[in-house]
Amino acid sequence: MKTNAWKEKFMQGVFLVAACTSVLAVALICFFLLVNGIPAMKEIGFIQFITGDIWKPNNELFGIFPMIVGSLYVTAGAIIFGVPIGILTSIFMAMYCPKVLYKPLKAATELLAGIPSVIYGFFGLVVLVPLMRQLGWQLKAAGVVRTSGNGNSILTASLLLGMMILPTIIGVTESAIRAVPKHYYEGALALGATHERSIFTVVLPAAKSGVVAGIVLGIGRAIGETMAVIMVAGNQPWIPKSIMQGVRTMTANIVIEMGYATDLHRGALIATGVVLFVFILIINLSVTLLKRRSEHE
Amino acid sequence: MNNQTTFLQKLKNYLKHPGSFLLMLLVVISAVLTFSVLIFLIAFILIQGLPHIKPSLFSLEYNSENASVVPALVNTIIMTFMSLIIAVPFGIFSAIFLVEYAKRGNKLVELIRLTTETLSGIPSIVYGLFGMLFFVNTLGWGFSLLAGAFTLAIMILPLVMRTTEEALKSVPDSYREGSFGLGAGKLRTVFQVVLPSAIPGILAGIILAIGRIVGETAALIYTAGTVAKIPSSLMGSGRTLAVHMYNLASEGLHMEQAYATSVILLLLVVGINTISSIVAKKLTKA
Repeated sequence: MKTNAWKEKFMQGVFLVAACTSVLAVALICFFLLVNGIPAMKEIGFIQFITGDIWKPNNELFGIFPMIVGSLYVTAGAIIFGVPIGILTSIFMAMYCPKVLYKPLKAATELLAGIPSVIYGFFGLVVLVPLMRQLGWQLKAAGVVRTSGNGNSILTASLLLGMMILPTIIGVTESAIRAVPKHYYEGALALGATHERSIFTVVLPAAKSGVVAGIVLGIGRAIGETMAVIMVAGNQPWIPKSIMQGVRTMTANIVIEMGYATDLHRGALIATGVVLFVFILIINLSVTLLKRRSEHE
Repeated sequence: MNNQTTFLQKLKNYLKHPGSFLLMLLVVISAVLTFSVLIFLIAFILIQGLPHIKPSLFSLEYNSENASVVPALVNTIIMTFMSLIIAVPFGIFSAIFLVEYAKRGNKLVELIRLTTETLSGIPSIVYGLFGMLFFVNTLGWGFSLLAGAFTLAIMILPLVMRTTEEALKSVPDSYREGSFGLGAGKLRTVFQVVLPSAIPGILAGIILAIGRIVGETAALIYTAGTVAKIPSSLMGSGRTLAVHMYNLASEGLHMEQAYATSVILLLLVVGINTISSIVAKKLTKA
């Protein structure tokens, strides 16, 4: 009997220790990024590092402002393409979809989430880039834009990221819509509103917190995406003047140059990771807060 | 007949409310767009890639002529097994702690939940960076399968934890009470009653994690490295299929092989996801 009690206690300890792995992991990640990134930031000068708009590692010039702008541009683009289509699709899934179609369509959105980013990137490289190159030429011929670009552009990356964040937005928004009590919708119908009017003026506003959480989650995915963006965005480390020009994101900066970087250059790349990490932490925190709010509603 | 009349009625209704009709059109068009993107992507890769799948692609040794996928495939399998061996026990044990042992409102439990959520939001490149700094440099493992596996293990930990938690929660309390009533201790109840009935859910989560491991690139480039061979030991560098795919596509020298590799990778991931959802469905039936 005594050994049994001892065993219980021991295993409870084991479970507790295992549960602390994630705490330890987050602590380690923070520690190693900061310890390796902060000294470089200090040496370059924090303000200089964040706001400097010239990135020339060979001349010891490390300004990541173009990369921050780049990440924000492609993320904004992804939101413009992905959010309206994602939300409308989730409305279709929750309120329109015939029962026979629902299961295969749900499986399809899960599949969309499961496709690896290299595959998306490859698809972008061989399909979207040539398409955008053509579009650029035609727009230039029509006099709409001054530079046609070569297809590797903000626009291409935005389109691809817009596709990639679709499943995230659809999943979260759909469950937010489904969580709205049915009598909201029925009440609106009873007042004489059409199916669409009930959805767009009653159900959707009631699901607001959840929908916003989905969008923020999508932002997190878009800003952290690496491989797909590298393959289609062109990766020039300067601030683009048009959406037909190439751009380099923070994530791309790390992967492209880490292979041969040394000393301060390497530190600057890790510091880029630190800045990205801070962005992600802010986004994560807002998702958590939004989720709490939607649970309280 | 009945169907037709309701359809006509609907049409009439929509004619009275053109705004509603427009919204309905937008909703349907968006849904069609979403699903045609998926169908187009898969169809494109299959149609372009299948003709390029040749026997030389499956030569045992990689060289710059055949761009064989075999070493990468073997590395992927090794990487998957190692990451799972590391992550699954930790994931399942911490889920057991959270569901079966933790008291509500405990500060530590809240911290664990917060960090788990944080982990699941961290992009893979940050994991890659951390893996490089910690496993590769600080622990001195160099670019190696082991460093890659540990990095991926941390990455999939929140996924394994969350799915296991949900599976454990879905086990009815009456199971536990029955077991206690028969005189079993807490530990015995967990291992002999709760865990076995939660296995389909846990398995579905593990298979989902395999899908993420197989598709991962950014976390592996600077941890496991990009050598296109099967390393002689776990401390050697080796590229997985997704990294191999990235290298082929970005070098641009072997586009035919890149197409073929993308088919293999896509089918692998789609297959894994399908198995996961089938297993998960078994859970809801049982």
